Amino acid sequence: MTIVEPVTTKTKNQQKSLRIAKLVPLLVVTAGAIIVVVLTYTLPPFRNYQLATIGAYLCVTAGLTVLTGLNGQLSLGHGALMATGAYTLAIWQNKFDLLLPGIVLAVLVTTVAGAVIGLAAARLRGPYLAGLTLAVAVVVPSITSTFDRTFNSDQGLSVALEPPPGTIPVEQWQAWICWAGALLTVLVLAYLVGGRFGRDLRAVRDDETAAKLAGVGVARTQIMAFVVSAACAGLSGALFAVLSQSVSPGAFPLSLSLFLVMAIVIGGLGRLTGALIGAVLLVVLPSAAQSIAEKAGSQHLEGNLALTFFGVVLVLVMLAAPGGLASWKARRKLPTQKG
Amino acid sequence: MSLQSCQGWWRGGRTGKRTATVLAALLLAAGCSNGNSNSGGSSSNTPGVTDNSILIGSHQPLTGPAAAGYSEIAPATKAYFDYVNANGGIHGRKITYKYLDDGYNPANTQQVVRQLVLQDKVFAILNGLGTPTHTGVLDFLKTNRVPDLFVASGSRTWNQPDKYPGTFGFNPDYTVEGKILAAYVKQTYAGKKVCFLGQDDDFGRDSLAGVEKVLGPVAAKQTYVVTNPNVGPQMGAFKAAACDVVILASIPGFTALSIGTAAKIGFKPQFVVSNVGSDPRTLTKTLGAAAPLLEGVVAAGYLPLDTDESNPWIQLYKKVNTQYNGNAAFDNNVVYGMSVGYLFVQALQAAGKDLTRDKLTAAVQKGGFTGPGLVPTRFSAQDHSGYAGEQITKLVGGKATWVGTPYTTDDADGAVTAYTGAAATPPQNGIPTAQ
Repeated sequence: MTIVEPVTTKTKNQQKSLRIAKLVPLLVVTAGAIIVVVLTYTLPPFRNYQLATIGAYLCVTAGLTVLTGLNGQLSLGHGALMATGAYTLAIWQNKFDLLLPGIVLAVLVTTVAGAVIGLAAARLRGPYLAGLTLAVAVVVPSITSTFDRTFNSDQGLSVALEPPPGTIPVEQWQAWICWAGALLTVLVLAYLVGGRFGRDLRAVRDDETAAKLAGVGVARTQIMAFVVSAACAGLSGALFAVLSQSVSPGAFPLSLSLFLVMAIVIGGLGRLTGALIGAVLLVVLPSAAQSIAEKAGSQHLEGNLALTFFGVVLVLVMLAAPGGLASWKARRKLPTQKG
Repeated sequence: MSLQSCQGWWRGGRTGKRTATVLAALLLAAGCSNGNSNSGGSSSNTPGVTDNSILIGSHQPLTGPAAAGYSEIAPATKAYFDYVNANGGIHGRKITYKYLDDGYNPANTQQVVRQLVLQDKVFAILNGLGTPTHTGVLDFLKTNRVPDLFVASGSRTWNQPDKYPGTFGFNPDYTVEGKILAAYVKQTYAGKKVCFLGQDDDFGRDSLAGVEKVLGPVAAKQTYVVTNPNVGPQMGAFKAAACDVVILASIPGFTALSIGTAAKIGFKPQFVVSNVGSDPRTLTKTLGAAAPLLEGVVAAGYLPLDTDESNPWIQLYKKVNTQYNGNAAFDNNVVYGMSVGYLFVQALQAAGKDLTRDKLTAAVQKGGFTGPGLVPTRFSAQDHSGYAGEQITKLVGGKATWVGTPYTTDDADGAVTAYTGAAATPPQNGIPTAQ
């Protein structure tokens, strides 16, 4: 463990490189934004929609990889947190029809939900934590049917949306909204985990006792990690509500939560690139599975092939690159992971 | 752990480069696919239509909770189109029917319908199945001006000509059905205590609205959700309320479950079941050894019954089923699928040789189609709902048999009236001509 930063006086060169390093996230996000805008003008509408979906997924995978990869907490309930964000936005939109405040509110509500779950989660370890978050994921349909006057049971709610301003095609507009959310998430997370909070996260993940001895509040750090990650999931859920203009429990099943975990593991835990690869896979693999099933001529296969596909890819990637796709060539540099 | 790996989330040249690589790969992949999708464009101005072909699409639950029974519908529709194509097509155009699996999950429906409309550039969406699934794509289809014909559900949502000018239903709407079932109950079981169990969505609510329009408030009402396969409490409440008649607005699995659960607790009311949850073959299969409980169950229908060998429509459908559907098990789902295909071909014929999207919706709106249905369709400029009514059936010896005459009504306060028009017979070659 060498998480302690060098305390010796920094030379001018070091200070300069540090300052540049601090700018890197901003530069990368700006570059990302430019690429996305160029893409949205060149892609056909359906690809734009898929691009928007990748952006919406990136919000939640980036948050989840901070929680699981950097803080070592496993959550199987992020689908439920996404549902919280999505339903908040749907109810808000149907009453007030103001998108931006609605998205902010969705993030806030999900943050509160995340804090509650995080409070419980900080007391639990390993399989017990997985069990708790699993229960959260499972309970969504029951909540929507118990309070069916508000959530309209299995049928769900539709989301009122203003058409995009001017003559912008809907899919392009959606891609902009989703990627604005995704890039903002990435930027905030990059600065968060690049600073003291990030060191605390890793310290708690690697050795709780050592972290405590070093003066890091273990429970507080774990709750904070959950809260941050929940906020990202809430944003992602709200964006999905914008994308599909409807929310229903069927859109946030248990399998979604499992897919999210699989995606960040395949992509590479604890890395932004891993979260990005994961988000891309979440869109590309099901659609690849579908076209394969189509070519094979069995349409009954379509719904099930994506699951198989994900499983096979997971096994292959874990055999070839245990650190995930993002670590493919940097494997030698990867530290040995503990606990 | 080294300092650099601490910062591996973001900093360190390698990860930066990797992010760039991933983005570049994305760009490349997107560029490639862009080229592919452009090459599929048609020469005509109308998407999905060329001089010798029409491409239409659909979303169907081929897997998932609603797949049982319902997954047979689209293959049957396709089989009917193949039959039409083998006989020269419509105005020289062959119909390609591309249906994708959405697993009855609204999120997947969004995905596949966008693929059909934006990527495959279908001419129209036909018979998209399910209330919760299809509700989510209404706005999208409207924005893209895609005709949205003959939705496979009886929700009143499809019937909003002002809001969704391109959307048309197929099934009689659930309020119409509720009124017809209730009228039969009022007449046959006068003075009995009537209770209602409905699915906890538009299906159950619309149906209950229809029932209460005729009967007034029911003695007891309960709901169920598809994700919780237990109706013990509901049946217990009905037993405690001493219900004589129980009306079910349920899908087949829950019809069987309700009848079985009631029998288990020694509760034997008269069951009256919605059309969509009453296919005898599906119920018999689900109940297994308890199938005799189905004897005397009352339901309703609006298409010929699969067991009616003397009906010319069934004879036609059986022929098509043998030749073009791989001789699939012949049940009411197959009858339904082929009837959808027949109605769509009628609409195409009426739209004329110079096919556009506006002409197709105008043709449907003009209405006047006569086909396999016992009652006419209601299509007009003010009304986009499907079939106008139903006829009561009773299960005898595991088979549905017709009772009385067909009835029609509206979804408001109109009276339930007997329909006396004669049933149409299929044309000689089984393919409708322009009317």
